[in-house]
Amino acid sequence: MSIETPPFAATPHSPVASPHAHAGASVTRVMAKVMLALLPVTLYGFWLYGWPAFHLFMFTITFALFGEAFALRLMRRPAVPVLQDGSALLTGWLLALSLPPWAPWWIGAVGGLFATLVAKQLFGGLGHNLFNPAMIARVALLISFPIPMTLWVAPLPMGSVGAPGFVAGLQITLAGIPQLDAVTSATLLGHAKTELARGIDLLHAAANAPVLSYIGDRAGSLGETAALLIAGGGIALIFMGVISWHIPFAMLAGIALPAFIGHAIEPARYLDVATHLLSGAVLLGAFFIATDYVTSPNTRLGQLLFGLGCGLLTWIIRTWGGYPEGVAFAVLLMNALTPAIDRLVKPRIYGRDRKGKPREPTAVKT
Amino acid sequence: MGLIEKVFSLLESRHWGVHPADRKRPAADCPVRGLPLPERLYVPLQQHIGAAARPIVLVGQTVLKGQLLAEAQGATSAAVHASTSGSVTAIGDIGAPHPSGLSFPAVTIAADGADRWADTGVSVDPFSLPPQEIAKRVAAAGVVGLGGATFPSALKLGLGLRSKIHTLILNGGECEPYLSCDDRLMRDAPDEIVDGIRIMLHATGAQRALVGIEDNKPEAIAALTAAARDFPAVLIRSVPARYPMGSEKHLLSELTGQEVPADGRTTDLGALVHNVGTAWAVHEALRQGRPLVERLVTLNGGAIDMPGNIRVPVGALVEDVLAFVGLKTEPARLVMGGPMMGNRLPHARVPVVKGTSGILALTANEATTLDPGPCIRCSSCVRACPVGLLPLEMSARIGIDDLNGAVAFGLKDCIACGCCSFVCPSRIPLVHYFNHAKGELAAQGRAQLRNESAKRLAAARTERLAREAQEKAAAAARRKAERAAQKAAAAKEAAGTTAAGAAAAAEAEAAQAISAEATP
Repeated sequence: MSIETPPFAATPHSPVASPHAHAGASVTRVMAKVMLALLPVTLYGFWLYGWPAFHLFMFTITFALFGEAFALRLMRRPAVPVLQDGSALLTGWLLALSLPPWAPWWIGAVGGLFATLVAKQLFGGLGHNLFNPAMIARVALLISFPIPMTLWVAPLPMGSVGAPGFVAGLQITLAGIPQLDAVTSATLLGHAKTELARGIDLLHAAANAPVLSYIGDRAGSLGETAALLIAGGGIALIFMGVISWHIPFAMLAGIALPAFIGHAIEPARYLDVATHLLSGAVLLGAFFIATDYVTSPNTRLGQLLFGLGCGLLTWIIRTWGGYPEGVAFAVLLMNALTPAIDRLVKPRIYGRDRKGKPREPTAVKT
Repeated sequence: MGLIEKVFSLLESRHWGVHPADRKRPAADCPVRGLPLPERLYVPLQQHIGAAARPIVLVGQTVLKGQLLAEAQGATSAAVHASTSGSVTAIGDIGAPHPSGLSFPAVTIAADGADRWADTGVSVDPFSLPPQEIAKRVAAAGVVGLGGATFPSALKLGLGLRSKIHTLILNGGECEPYLSCDDRLMRDAPDEIVDGIRIMLHATGAQRALVGIEDNKPEAIAALTAAARDFPAVLIRSVPARYPMGSEKHLLSELTGQEVPADGRTTDLGALVHNVGTAWAVHEALRQGRPLVERLVTLNGGAIDMPGNIRVPVGALVEDVLAFVGLKTEPARLVMGGPMMGNRLPHARVPVVKGTSGILALTANEATTLDPGPCIRCSSCVRACPVGLLPLEMSARIGIDDLNGAVAFGLKDCIACGCCSFVCPSRIPLVHYFNHAKGELAAQGRAQLRNESAKRLAAARTERLAREAQEKAAAAARRKAERAAQKAAAAKEAAGTTAAGAAAAAEAEAAQAISAEATP
């Protein structure tokens, strides 16, 4: 009897070195878990904003996948195994959730292509992009097409009176919104910004402000309004071990602290904590976007700094910046700082001090 | 400690390591079986860290079990003994238990079936012996570290004598999945182990022994606690089951709260770490006079029909042991050692050695085949690393051949435990990269040494040539000067005869003048 195992050269994917066991994690599985956590808020967004939201979502992910496949094709690499890792799908998915739900199809198409083709594959593909592709695409769209990117519709749930059906919804996505004024609405952050710019302080502006909602039935992006569903999905991700609490916690704290202080000092000029936390992309950003592995720091302390920076910058942009919302900008700015954070914050090596010098031996107590 | 340092240490959760499925049972609970004596044993000369032993038997010679086959040579080496009685039929090469498939020298013994021990009667109480004598006997018995590193134990005991050891740490961690040979030994031979520990305490002069056992082995903890009841110097400690708890530095930190300095050894802290199996081997050597010729080997893995712990003579072929436990299916991979750090075997015709803790016959399901994808910087490896390295950064540097960059991230502190590869969702063979880089660095270091010595030789040669040329020139000049001097002397001599005459005339003249003055 003789048992042969193939030599190393015959099995390039099975290196000769240990370990011979694996915990079972895979990139596809990680991406699938994130998508699973996003599913409730996505389905809720479809229901809340009707068929146009669904069509926009499909356009966005289709073009995101196409952008990835096209780039791989240009590089003469097989596309299917890369598409199977799920990262392009997730990028398109996150981008779609951050878009105005009744935006025209080409917003989703341009955004999806831009996300995977420019923001991801041009940088070298999965793992090599410095910036979050979905947020790059969102910001590119916002700067290039400010009107359709800030056109918010009031919720019109599927099946309710006047809600467009599947075909009418497709028409809205492809050809634009008929009777624009009838369906559009302001977001809370946009309202506050406009009123402050008009010289009306927040105390007076509050009277005709859109209502804040935990369950998301307000104007906003496709998947950013349902606070409870987003936070629920995010917490599920923490329990599944996909993300840790550090970035979401620090980011929420980074917004909540200055918002609390500002609002306590001058409520007429600064929005309150709840409005900040429940508006715009904060929750989606804190749990699903800032936590992107590729573009966030490696160490726990680095992640706390990163999250705090994201939160603080969001508050600063919202409060003093030109845009009512600042999550995408804040995350991108902190993405740019990630290599610096990783350089500064490193784990301490066993037997060495923080600077890497060997520790002095201390005798074991007897 | 500054504020920043305090924040760092607060956040620095030392949640190192991983929790692989341990798969130790049912093998760990099966009673030990002895391997029926194979017809031939192939006892390798190199079963330890250091130089291979030098054979002292001749082909055709009859040997008894426990008889010395090869003696230690050099500062770091260990003796090798016959693991059964019979005759030496060859001293030649056999496949080594190493993935390279290379071979190494071994003494082949055709067993006579009697398995007769050489006369090993020992009547001396080890505690009446001086510590040096114990180290000497441990060396004579060919005992090496049985935890896997196979460092000659006597040298380690001697190290203890030299560097003032007060704590002996016994590694009963056995953190590798699948393996249970230490567990089994602790359950079955607790008194022998405790006796071995006490002998080692005597040999090192340490005051206490801490035995660290992972809490997934309650039977072993109970057995050793009972065995150590009457010996207050031997303390049994339960440690959390976590891989790599059996790393000597990590076990020491868990038991004492101290860290071994990066460039130091455990002896710098006054501690010495030995495996529990080594304590048993020391007991056997000192009490029975029996050298290390057999050990417990865990046979485990999905392809094995009757997994369990087998008492195997050193030099038995893996295929003999596999035949004894039976194979359910053709194994996809054979591993010697545990799944986290063990060596993949090229085939089953390799001998069991002193350091063989287990033989795993893994099915395709169990043995990971890695199909690496790009790193997604998830930092799972950073959290898993028990040393505090950034495996993802190291592998990125190695990928672009920036070995110095990898060293700056701590490559040299890497203990190759495999935690990073184990958790990597992109299935990147990180340890493979690190091993490659370490090998490359070692080769570079050797090449540099060679270069430097060549340079030194060249410089010495140039210097010597220059010196010789100079000496030659100097000699030539001297000879020339001598010749010139001789010439000058000869010329002087020739001129001297005339000059002497003139002087004599002048003298006479002067004498005349004096005498004229003297006569007024």
